[in-house]
Amino acid sequence: MIINSTGELTMTEIRFSGFGGQGIIRCGLITGKALALYDNKHATMNQSFGPEARGSACSSQLVVSDDRVLYPYITKPEILVSMSQEAYDKYEPELREDGLLIIDKDLVKPNPPRGKIKIYAVPATRFAEELGNRIIANLVMLGFFTAVTKLVKPESMKKALPGLVPDRFLELNIKAFDKGYEYGLQTLEEEKTGATKAKAKKK
Amino acid sequence: MKKVKADPKGVLTGVHYLDGDFAIAEGALAAGCRFFGGYPITPSTETAERFSARIPKVGGVFIQMEDELGSIAALIGAVWGGVKAMTVTSGPGFSLMQENIGLACMMETPLVIANVQRGGPSTGLPTLAGQQDIMQARWGSHGDYEVIALAPDSPQECFDLTIEAFNLAEIYRVPTFIMTDECVGHMHEKVVIPPAEEIEVVERKWYAGPKEEYLPYKLDKDGIPFMIKAGDGYRFHTTGLTHDERGYPVINAECQDWCVRHLCDKIRKNADKIIRLEEDEIDTAEVVVLSYGITSRVATRAVQKARQEGIKVGTLRLITVWPFPEKRIRELASLVGSFVVPEINYGQIVYEVERCAAGQAKVIHVPHCGGWVHNPDDIYNAIKEAVK
Amino acid sequence: MKAEDRLEERNPIEDLLRMDRIPHIWCPGCGIGTVVTSFAEALKKTQIDLDKVAVVSGIGCTGRVAGYIKLDSFHTTHGRAVPFATGLKLANPELKVIVFSGDGDLAGIGGNHLIHAARRNMDLVVICVNNFNYAMTGGQVAATTPIEANASTAPYGNFEYPFNLPFLMDAAGATYVARWTALHLRRVTMSIMDALQRPGFSFIEVITPCVTLYARRNRLGDGLNLLRYYYDNSEIQHGADTRNLDISYQGKLIVGKFVEKEKPTFLDAMNQHLSRVLGDDYQLYGRINYDRD
Repeated sequence: MIINSTGELTMTEIRFSGFGGQGIIRCGLITGKALALYDNKHATMNQSFGPEARGSACSSQLVVSDDRVLYPYITKPEILVSMSQEAYDKYEPELREDGLLIIDKDLVKPNPPRGKIKIYAVPATRFAEELGNRIIANLVMLGFFTAVTKLVKPESMKKALPGLVPDRFLELNIKAFDKGYEYGLQTLEEEKTGATKAKAKKK
Repeated sequence: MKKVKADPKGVLTGVHYLDGDFAIAEGALAAGCRFFGGYPITPSTETAERFSARIPKVGGVFIQMEDELGSIAALIGAVWGGVKAMTVTSGPGFSLMQENIGLACMMETPLVIANVQRGGPSTGLPTLAGQQDIMQARWGSHGDYEVIALAPDSPQECFDLTIEAFNLAEIYRVPTFIMTDECVGHMHEKVVIPPAEEIEVVERKWYAGPKEEYLPYKLDKDGIPFMIKAGDGYRFHTTGLTHDERGYPVINAECQDWCVRHLCDKIRKNADKIIRLEEDEIDTAEVVVLSYGITSRVATRAVQKARQEGIKVGTLRLITVWPFPEKRIRELASLVGSFVVPEINYGQIVYEVERCAAGQAKVIHVPHCGGWVHNPDDIYNAIKEAVK
Repeated sequence: MKAEDRLEERNPIEDLLRMDRIPHIWCPGCGIGTVVTSFAEALKKTQIDLDKVAVVSGIGCTGRVAGYIKLDSFHTTHGRAVPFATGLKLANPELKVIVFSGDGDLAGIGGNHLIHAARRNMDLVVICVNNFNYAMTGGQVAATTPIEANASTAPYGNFEYPFNLPFLMDAAGATYVARWTALHLRRVTMSIMDALQRPGFSFIEVITPCVTLYARRNRLGDGLNLLRYYYDNSEIQHGADTRNLDISYQGKLIVGKFVEKEKPTFLDAMNQHLSRVLGDDYQLYGRINYDRD
């Protein structure tokens, strides 16, 4: 993370990862579009091409910055979103020691935490199935991502959806996003109360 | 030169999140391109896909040809049929097009080819970036000729420069290339498409004089012949053979001299009008980093780091790669100590810089054989070496 | 009376020729000029608007046709006449586009384009002058050279199987296929008239004498001897099964109109299909005039 003199975050590198067909590239596109078009940020999205975009681990990379993005790829991401074990195994080592790891609770079994890495988990695929279609697991994940990272406004994310999800599924996608977002807020809340409790206990 | 406002039918006004390939298709539609003949090749296919989806609603033709030889031939035919035409390709396809790029030059056919460069030679790295066709763009076809080539560094510039490419092609009646690369082609960023009335489009240099006086290759005052299209009753002839003003083959050294000089000079003599550069802090610079396309963005990161250490670094970005800004480089060579030239190849534009620097300034090449962009530190180290 | 005013001194099709480029480069006894005459006659007889006719040639002896015909005419690169014509036709659908080229140009180096244009039923008339060899470059073996025939790069005789062009075109989807020899002048004219008046991809093969190279190298005599060979050995079989049209060295020549069928052209298919799928969103193409304003 590059922090400017006033202590604001000026650049963030994010990797969305999973397996082909989970809508991983969409995750990068939606977040990038939301940031670039509605949150007044510079957001450059790149994706991996080739055989790995079809089936096995696939990923999209997003560089977010207040200034123009000069180096278009991520180097040491602050945030890693993993929706499959294979993708997690492949990309976890590059995550920063103080990074943020966001996983699908049911699909990724993380190793014991490394450095100061923070882990947030959401049963995205399970929630999506409960909503009627596992294809929207990526939107559950994006909702959760939006809540826990506070990197992008939730309204911007929803605004970014038309054109990137099929019109007839727009509502369902928004529902999935909201589900993930609420779960994210809840997670943060629990974290806070947990922390307070721990603090109290310590005292 | 007749400038008109863009036809709103092709202009997707608004703020978009597009990759470079898509932005090229939108730029072409905004510029009035209504014919696309192409053959699928990674990493350029998205442009063809976008065009094929959009053109039926705009009014025009998309045809997927049987190969790149057919694509470029169809383009030349389409332009003589009266429309603006383009294709998109990558290294292997660009190689296949070279012979007919020569025909387009010889027939003075305005058209646009976007080359989304990947690593070569041969099949090389289909899905990864390169800047290895830069010299091929200049010298790929046989014989002496000149072309125009532009190098966008972002999806926004892919849009803007595609319009510019069409305009330059029409003004000079020459094939014009958009030499982008896989990184920019597949990179999504914000792209602002202005309203049609804010986009200036150059019309073809149509002939309007008496029919019987028309000669296809008679030079106008500005050195560029007027154009017509098939079906208007001129019953004209054009050929890939060396030809005279009438477009008739004349197979001798004298006509060759006239013909070839014209093809080259119409670009060389207008180089100042064509060339666009972006310079930064160049007046006080001890060292100038010269780059183009995606590499210039990566280089800027290295430059920022060097400047923080007090090194006087200027940057020069080639927006127009061909014609090469010889005059400016010669001028700078006597003012600055050295040039640092990063590019995603094993040495191409650096030779042009060396030629123009002619020993007056040190030239340090920062090669990269393709597959990725430079590590900014490699460029930074070259800057350090330059001021040592 | 001045010599140039005497009727017999004037070429009967000179209004269709670039007389400032005559004399042409073709050898005495060559059959290309005969096919050009048939073409000119067909143009006249059909009374087609000559301003809307464009001729595209590739490279080779027949490739020079574009340079002599006084119509909008394009002398392109080797093998690429068909895709050039494709672009020309699609950009300006009111044109009638004729590809006039040789066997080497169309079926050799340009073979891929030829089959794909036929597959698409592109609205083109392809006149293929087949002289069994690469004549412009000195009589090399071609994709049409009969087995046993001698060529400068097959000095011991050709052993490669040649193309049966009508069969190739039929299989690829051409909607009009005919074959004649330079002897069948009137038939060639009629076939070209057919092709000019119908939409879709028409292919007309005309077997012609190459006196200087093919005939000399194979000791077949002069142009007259070759016409005699056509006379003795050609047999008209309209509608013949195109599979049976192979040509053997100095063997039988089955000629005639083999294929004539209707199928939407590329542009018709495009308009029909996209109108159906996209409805009013689709901008019908090719029925508007391409006025410059």
